[in-house]
Amino acid sequence: MLKVENLTARYGRAQILNGVSLELGGNEVVALLGRNGAGKSTTMKCIMGLVEQKTGVISYDGADLMRLPPHMICRAGIGYVPEERRIFPELTVAENLEVGRRPKRDGAPEWTLAHLFELFPNLAERQGNLGKQLSGGEQQMLTIARTLMGNPSAVLLDEPSEGIAPVIVEQMARVIAELKAEGLSVLISEQNLYFARAVADRAIIIEKGALRYEGSFADLDAHPEVSQQYLAV
Amino acid sequence: MGFYLAQLLTGLANASSLFLIACGLSIIFGVTRIVNFAHGSFYMVGAYLAYSLVTWMDGGIFGFWLSLLVAALIVGVLGLIVEVTILRRIYHAPELFQLVATFGVVLIVQDAALAIWGAEDLLGPRAPGLARAVRILGEPIPEYDLALIVIGPLVLGAIWLLFHRTRWGILVRAATQDREMVDALGVNQRWLFSAVFVLGSALAGLGGALQIPREAVSLQMDLSVIGEAFVVVVIGGMGSVSGAFVAAVLISVLNAFAILIFPQISIVLPFVVMAVVLIVRPYGLFGRPGSEAGGAEEPEQPLRLMSRRGAMVLAAFVLILAASPAVTGDFTSILLVDVMVAMLFAVSLHFMMGIGGMVSFGHAAYFGVGAYAAAMGMKYLGLSMLPAMALGPVAAAGAALLFGWFCVRLSGVYLAMLTLAAAQILWGVTYQWGEVTGGDDGILGIWPAGWASGDKAYFYLAMVLCVGGMFLLRRMAHSPFGYGLRGVRDSAVRAEAIGMDVKLHQWMGFTVAGAFAGLAGVVFVFSKGSVFPDVLGISQSVDGLIMVLLGGIHALAGPILGAGVFILIEDWVTRLDYWRVIFGGIILVVVLVAPDGVAGGVDRLLRAVGIRRGDAT
Repeated sequence: MLKVENLTARYGRAQILNGVSLELGGNEVVALLGRNGAGKSTTMKCIMGLVEQKTGVISYDGADLMRLPPHMICRAGIGYVPEERRIFPELTVAENLEVGRRPKRDGAPEWTLAHLFELFPNLAERQGNLGKQLSGGEQQMLTIARTLMGNPSAVLLDEPSEGIAPVIVEQMARVIAELKAEGLSVLISEQNLYFARAVADRAIIIEKGALRYEGSFADLDAHPEVSQQYLAV
Repeated sequence: MGFYLAQLLTGLANASSLFLIACGLSIIFGVTRIVNFAHGSFYMVGAYLAYSLVTWMDGGIFGFWLSLLVAALIVGVLGLIVEVTILRRIYHAPELFQLVATFGVVLIVQDAALAIWGAEDLLGPRAPGLARAVRILGEPIPEYDLALIVIGPLVLGAIWLLFHRTRWGILVRAATQDREMVDALGVNQRWLFSAVFVLGSALAGLGGALQIPREAVSLQMDLSVIGEAFVVVVIGGMGSVSGAFVAAVLISVLNAFAILIFPQISIVLPFVVMAVVLIVRPYGLFGRPGSEAGGAEEPEQPLRLMSRRGAMVLAAFVLILAASPAVTGDFTSILLVDVMVAMLFAVSLHFMMGIGGMVSFGHAAYFGVGAYAAAMGMKYLGLSMLPAMALGPVAAAGAALLFGWFCVRLSGVYLAMLTLAAAQILWGVTYQWGEVTGGDDGILGIWPAGWASGDKAYFYLAMVLCVGGMFLLRRMAHSPFGYGLRGVRDSAVRAEAIGMDVKLHQWMGFTVAGAFAGLAGVVFVFSKGSVFPDVLGISQSVDGLIMVLLGGIHALAGPILGAGVFILIEDWVTRLDYWRVIFGGIILVVVLVAPDGVAGGVDRLLRAVGIRRGDAT
């Protein structure tokens, strides 16, 4: 289980997080909701060890992640799919996947190239293409596949539906369902409540770097003023 | 026909040598983003080691080539030591720190080589089995040159395979594109960086080792090769190995033919080619605009006007300075002139870097132009001292206007490299054009006019010019023009969006900095009575960088303090044997221990003991 308690973070003088707490249980899909600038991406970067100035507690299956460098956090079983995708533009699709490859891990599904190409058929056809030659949707697929190559047990998906065509968003929803079916835990940050509802088990809302709501989508629907206040719906 | 073929083959052989040293530099830069001055030192050590091993083994063809490989491997280990002990700590520092730190390594290696191999040039043996020349179309071509022509592409091919066919190579290429992402995917960058550094250093060592049958091994090999190696890397595109190969061939072959028409061109040609390439393709032939900077830098604090108390302290310092000749000897006055020259030079460099945000690796160019313009004004135009002095800054501003126009089209490391190229072009011209500049012999007999002669009289003149210059630069930093420059530095895009002409601001900032460096050069030349090409050299430029770094780049007072400390240390250590080791060591300690410089360190100290509060200027 991934546990974040009272997390604060800053970039230089700018305080971004003011005490975020959340939990991601085994084989659970949790949506981290909030507007632009609410602190969703920063929360994920903190978990991944990509933010230096932070306080609080981050642990995964009991192991403290606060002071670990990103590669150790990855090796602990957490996969990260950044919002900006950050594929390697001058590497081929196959090489991008190779960078992500890690040995199999106990208690996590093992992903083979064949399995990934089944999940992302477009990538199979474009193995020899450079990363920069892919469309936005294909790049999004590639980053997810690249992260899965590391055989993580939990995945942080930062705004996977952002800026891609509706048909790909649908494919993305199927992919997330498949990840859950394989036994992964997924923390997914979203601005789109409808997409989040379709893929996640429960919701967390943050605003101005602090927790505002935590609970089921049914409860959230019962209190429309909450989503009205904190989300752009 | 045969003659031209021979020229071509010579050019290609030189290209192989150049490629070997440049590709290691490019690989290292690509992954670690470090501009590694010490690369030339690795090259030199490779040559020395190969010389020792070959003469020691004396074992025919097999022994020769084995010696070369072993030399390269030892240099690789040396690279590992440097990476682990020094560079690893400064990957996230601004490029200025990295450059100065690697220059510290250059100094240390120079003295180590001097201690081990002595000051004499060492003439290596010919390569066994390749010692003769073959005739091609009637022209004699050294067999060893032909071997080199083969070795270059072989190494290129091997590196290509390594980078495209092994997991390690793919990781290296991924890291050149996005290091943080590679880290987040579970790759320990530390070892990746170390391994890359070992590979790059070993290639430099191999390049040096392969040179021993061609040229004498000397203590000047390091800095003489580094300029050209930088040029090759920049032309090819920083981080691109095949780019380095194409650039090495381009420069070497062009050079092989250009010297037929204009024999003096070799020193200047690479830098001219680089300037042309960068104007047409700002990131080199195969380069891409990438994430340039080492790490995200803290946003600069706003500069504040000096407090009343600060101004009084400063005024007191100036008064003490003015009174000093009355109580001290001539020697102190001479030293103080050196200090003031260095201060003005450092403040002008800081104006360009700290205020203008343009890192210059070649600021000596404008110092030197000022000095030479004044000297030549006296010698050829028969000017008296004051008009000659006025000519200096004007000429320096002119040179800065010319080179700055090119430089401000680039940014970051590429801009810095182009400033280095500009300085090297001027240095080359000065060095080669003996009839006008006196070449290596310099220009002598440039003494102050009668009323200003004598160490104390000249001290006051120097003080007026230097302190006045520093005051003007400081005023400018606080003027609307200075605000504009800082705005452009902090965000060129936003400055542009509010209607500022970004390039024009940078260009003018560049020119102002050049003019005041020229003024420093003028004061320098009349205090020494002579001027030599090394005032335009890499060492002079790096001295300026060290001063700015010693003082700390974030404060206006930084360069003044840094220059003072620098000259005093230099004055003390250069009297010792092996001063380079001491000086290099001091540089490394400052970079590793007090990365915000002496001014920053003093500031922290004052704050720690409670004397000072709030933001520093």
